[in-house]
Amino acid sequence: MIKKSTWVQIEKVILTPEERLPTIPEDTKKTPLIMWVKGFLLNDSKIGEIVKIKTKTGRIEEGILKEANPSFKHNFGNFCEELNKIDEMVLKELYGDLNA
Amino acid sequence: MVILMHNILQRKNEIMKKAVGIDFSKYEKDNIGFDYEALMNDVEYSIDEIKKIQFENGVGNTPLKELKNLTNLVRKISKPGFGARIFIKDEALNDSGSFKARRASISCYHAKRLGYKGVIAATSGNYGAAVASQAAKLGLKCIVVQECFDSRQIGQPEIIEKARACEALGAEVVQLTVGPELFNVSLKLLEETNYFNASLYTSYGIKGVETLGIELMEDCFKLTNKYPDMVVITNAGGGNLTGTARGIKQVTSQPVEIVGASVNLRGLHMASDTDFNRKSFTTGHTGFSYPFMTYPDRSDVPRSAARPLRYIDRFVTINQGEVFFITEALTALEGIERGPAGNTSLAAAFSLAKDLEEDKIIIVQETEYTGAGKHHQAQLDFAKQNNIEVKFGNPKDEIPGKNIILPEDIRLIKAVEQDLDKMRKSLINNLIKNHKHLTKNDIEFLAKEVNKEKEFVLNYLKQINVSSEVLT
Repeated sequence: MIKKSTWVQIEKVILTPEERLPTIPEDTKKTPLIMWVKGFLLNDSKIGEIVKIKTKTGRIEEGILKEANPSFKHNFGNFCEELNKIDEMVLKELYGDLNA
Repeated sequence: MVILMHNILQRKNEIMKKAVGIDFSKYEKDNIGFDYEALMNDVEYSIDEIKKIQFENGVGNTPLKELKNLTNLVRKISKPGFGARIFIKDEALNDSGSFKARRASISCYHAKRLGYKGVIAATSGNYGAAVASQAAKLGLKCIVVQECFDSRQIGQPEIIEKARACEALGAEVVQLTVGPELFNVSLKLLEETNYFNASLYTSYGIKGVETLGIELMEDCFKLTNKYPDMVVITNAGGGNLTGTARGIKQVTSQPVEIVGASVNLRGLHMASDTDFNRKSFTTGHTGFSYPFMTYPDRSDVPRSAARPLRYIDRFVTINQGEVFFITEALTALEGIERGPAGNTSLAAAFSLAKDLEEDKIIIVQETEYTGAGKHHQAQLDFAKQNNIEVKFGNPKDEIPGKNIILPEDIRLIKAVEQDLDKMRKSLINNLIKNHKHLTKNDIEFLAKEVNKEKEFVLNYLKQINVSSEVLT
């Protein structure tokens, strides 16, 4: 059970595939237009239930409860050896043999 | 839901008028034209007032820095006597980390002055954080509408970071899957909230960028006793180029070559769910620059104030691998870490500097902040996760969506010149649409739109069998 007033994320289908603009690419047309918004939960609820939230601007939005206390987990990516190679290439070109 | 969305489109003009406080109809002229300069001149803030608003809100007066090591690197691979001096305007140092703060500062100030309670911006770019930041300073509520995820709810790392920044700065972030219907969602929110439409494309936003053009000229003169020969500008929606060029022209009438640069994403469809995460740049690319240059009024206001073909002298593209390479080179040689998308113009400038004499000056007019997600390693790794091959080779062989080719030799970094006349003709086609007869005013408007003599327009119209008052 997620307690009322918890910071949550909800999901809502804005357009079903059938309702999408006729001019968009075929692959996109097969998918719904989905919206995600965060806000404070208005009632105690379970994940997957249709709930109402109050957003940061005070709007009330309704949708499927997806996550409580949603976090950002993006990062600097896995190590890419290519960057070391670029460093070596440009330093060598500018300053000559790095080990000399 | 679909009925609701269609109704919204019918009320588009009415909602827009209320949400930007501009009656665009008064600028319209004859069949296709409108009075662009009147639209710009009706912005009630003088350039000095704009500078003051920006200064008081953490925007502007960013340093112009000479990139001596990158310049020396260019000279290693240039003909003797060639390799222009490269300077960069470090716009990442604006509050919210990009030049977009210049646009947001004026839009938000204006919204506050007109008594709006909040602002809405439809953007997946740095503009979101810029609006959120300025709104926070002014006590305005803020909603940012982002195209963020594909249908698997996998998001572009740099857009996720922008969402985080917006939230951190107090904004409500409405995130959507791929598709142009984002516009309808944004309209619906404008109608629901009665907030100001802090569009990227209003005259207020573009006026805010003029200070960037003015500053870089003044900075350059202070440092070198002369004005730059060339200014390279990353071009997507066209506002950066338009505003900067307008600012430059306020400082001098002497020619400064205005070069637009975009990341080449040819072959990837911007509204495609599957292509969405196959690209490594979400802004500054040809997916925006081509459509917006050739039809500026596709934006979220009836008449866009961003009209790059009026100002651009040359337009070049550069590949993703080259921009990532130069972003890393900037870090290694100049000791400054900046976001990759903002370095599009730097990668182009690196190539263009080779063909200019040593005493010439090129200004790269922006940088953007970097951080988790908005970092070249995050984007390269994300590309690999999406089965894009990352390798060294000749960047000219890069196929967007299939591979990213990092130059195996710095001599292979090459900005590719684009045919501007072709784009000018495309703009004329888009503007005249079904009109078979054009007035003198229409012709004059088109000539200004493409920054050419009337003869260019007339000759082209003759070719495509459109009559005009001047011809008949």
